[in-house]
Amino acid sequence: MSRTFLGMPTTAPKGVGHLRGAEPFPAAARRALSDAQLRRNLGHATATIRAKSGAVVAEVPDWEQLRAAGSAIKADAMARLPELLEQLEQRVTDAGGVVHWAADANEANAIVVDLVRATGSDRVIKVKSMVTQEIGLNEALEAAGIAPVETDLAELIVQLGEDRPSHILVPAIHRNRAEIREIFLRAMPGVDPGLTDEPAVLAAAARRFLRQTFLSTPVAVSGANFAVAETGTLAVVESEGNGRMCLTLPRTLITVMGVEKVVPTWRDLEVFLQLLPRASTGERMNPYTSMWTGVSPGDGPQEFHLVLLDNGRSAVLADEVGRQALHCIRCSACLNVCPVYERTGGHAYGSVYPGPIGAVLSPQLTGVADNASLPYASSLCGACYDACPVKINIPELLVHLRDQAPHPRGESAAMAAAAYAMDHPALYAAAQRATRLSRLTGRRGRGLPPPLSGWTADRDLPEPPAQTFRQWWASR
Amino acid sequence: MRIALFVTCLADTVFPEAAKATVRLLERLGHEVVFPAGQTCCGQMHVNTGYQAQAVSLVRRHVRVFDPYDVVVAPSGSCVGSVRHQHAMVARRAGDVRLASRAESVAARTFELSELLVDVLGVTDVGAFFPHRVTYHPTCHSLRMLRVADRPVRLLRAVRGLELVELPAAEQCCGFGGTFAVKNADTSSAMLADKLRHVLSTGADVCAAGDASCLMHIGGGLSRSGSAVRTVHLAEILAPTEPDRAGGERSDLVVRS
Repeated sequence: MSRTFLGMPTTAPKGVGHLRGAEPFPAAARRALSDAQLRRNLGHATATIRAKSGAVVAEVPDWEQLRAAGSAIKADAMARLPELLEQLEQRVTDAGGVVHWAADANEANAIVVDLVRATGSDRVIKVKSMVTQEIGLNEALEAAGIAPVETDLAELIVQLGEDRPSHILVPAIHRNRAEIREIFLRAMPGVDPGLTDEPAVLAAAARRFLRQTFLSTPVAVSGANFAVAETGTLAVVESEGNGRMCLTLPRTLITVMGVEKVVPTWRDLEVFLQLLPRASTGERMNPYTSMWTGVSPGDGPQEFHLVLLDNGRSAVLADEVGRQALHCIRCSACLNVCPVYERTGGHAYGSVYPGPIGAVLSPQLTGVADNASLPYASSLCGACYDACPVKINIPELLVHLRDQAPHPRGESAAMAAAAYAMDHPALYAAAQRATRLSRLTGRRGRGLPPPLSGWTADRDLPEPPAQTFRQWWASR
Repeated sequence: MRIALFVTCLADTVFPEAAKATVRLLERLGHEVVFPAGQTCCGQMHVNTGYQAQAVSLVRRHVRVFDPYDVVVAPSGSCVGSVRHQHAMVARRAGDVRLASRAESVAARTFELSELLVDVLGVTDVGAFFPHRVTYHPTCHSLRMLRVADRPVRLLRAVRGLELVELPAAEQCCGFGGTFAVKNADTSSAMLADKLRHVLSTGADVCAAGDASCLMHIGGGLSRSGSAVRTVHLAEILAPTEPDRAGGERSDLVVRS
């Protein structure tokens, strides 16, 4: 597929996929915060992963060098993305695969639907993948009469619960085992009505259901964690082995991959396969690392399609500060250390990419105006930057994107007035003295109007001092 | 040593005791403190809220005011973080390369209080006396932007009469985040509630930190919940000495929460 391209790269289209929330972050967060069960689940889950990951990161003596290497490899790959993608296309084609280029979610969905239709199957099994959630592939398949079956246990829970994922790595983090039992009883075909909420029993029920599906479905759809340009090799890392089933059993394999997942050389995987499991699940080594290069006659899928997806990524790449968001390897370490995510959960972010990385990636993929509240969904505490295995400076990106966000008119006027006063010391000193009049706002600020009343709902304002520091200094 | 005080707009306007204590402490240690009168605000609020263009004049003012001094100190990790990590960026983005390079030069001479004491002046025992049970909140920008690490704690450990109790989950943000506390007030409150729970669990009668902004947030929550725990800036713990107390100068040592 080739086309003449003119002008600036475009952002991800509206009306398809899951990058835009229905409401701004503060409103969605408010609802999540009032859900005590959700807060408990999240607090427990993030604290557990945080401790596990922290321990295995601390035991690697060259962790900082590995982070620097990961960052450098990604920066290099982004700097010569077109060349690497063409090399990848050549190698995959040489190895018997077929490469498709999709400018956006609609094109990618259409390509996948056509490919599945051509096989005659009305069902596909799916490896856990963020990118197919991003483009709304399941909805597109269903609309075409094709049933997608998620095979990652947590994604299956989300799918059967007609729910949305709330974490990159642990999509059902907002569910506890009692809720999972109810979902299975309600929606899993052929489930034992005597199901208990013991984790082993729940897993066995899912295994029975999935095994049937693996053995009877001829087409699988996956994402990719890495693609090696020099060899044409695709890689998926997972913990359950269900991905391995999808990648090896069916006759046809379709992989949808964001263009930023390409790395130059095979050897680069050495760095990422050390960084990813420790930052992500807190494991020393990833349990199931599947790699494949095109088609191997008589072994595994005999038809392999690779769909290379842009969907706003070129627009991100055009921003020299913002582009580092494309370095993300989807480990979710930033979610697990984020004090905001820990309390609101993933749904509040509106996009399939929640947490700190979502707050900088989603607004760039859609254009900042469509996700204007997300860059503000952070206290800029910096825990995400420290946790990121590829050193994405998320606080810097948040500040960068806030500068591009549309601002409320009243706020703009107040900020302009403040900047003017602060650049005129006499005016500034007068404004300082006026804070003593703040008693007009009621006792300890309780009479303040919105949006300042957000502060005074739970906090007192300090009593204004008798004199400012500069008055004291002048009187010394 | 001649040290210029970058008071910060918040300490100047709302928490002057933290700034006065900084002056008293440095003078007591034998240094000359000067207060450049043209200073106002470093512009962090503008930068962090998405108004970088409006922050340019504030960066220019800050650089002009502090450029003549060899050493600048601020009783705030956050404002020093802004000077060190944002000023040159704001200038460069506005196309003013000369201002960016001057901002970098000023930033290299600007220190947060615990950095100045430990790294520049080489003291950890400042001869202070503060007979209270104290827990210390490290504040995000001191911890992760400036990497002050255990400098404040080393200073606190050397204070006579002070009992330091560890704050659980100390490294978690208190939920202030500047305009975050207004724009995302509910999430900020949820973060604050956990911080308050941890502070109260220590049984400390004082919660200390190196940033008046975080103390304003934590103190506002403590005050609203009716707690008797006070928030006190690090400088106000390091400034008083035993004779000070005997002399009865205690009344203005403490930031009222």
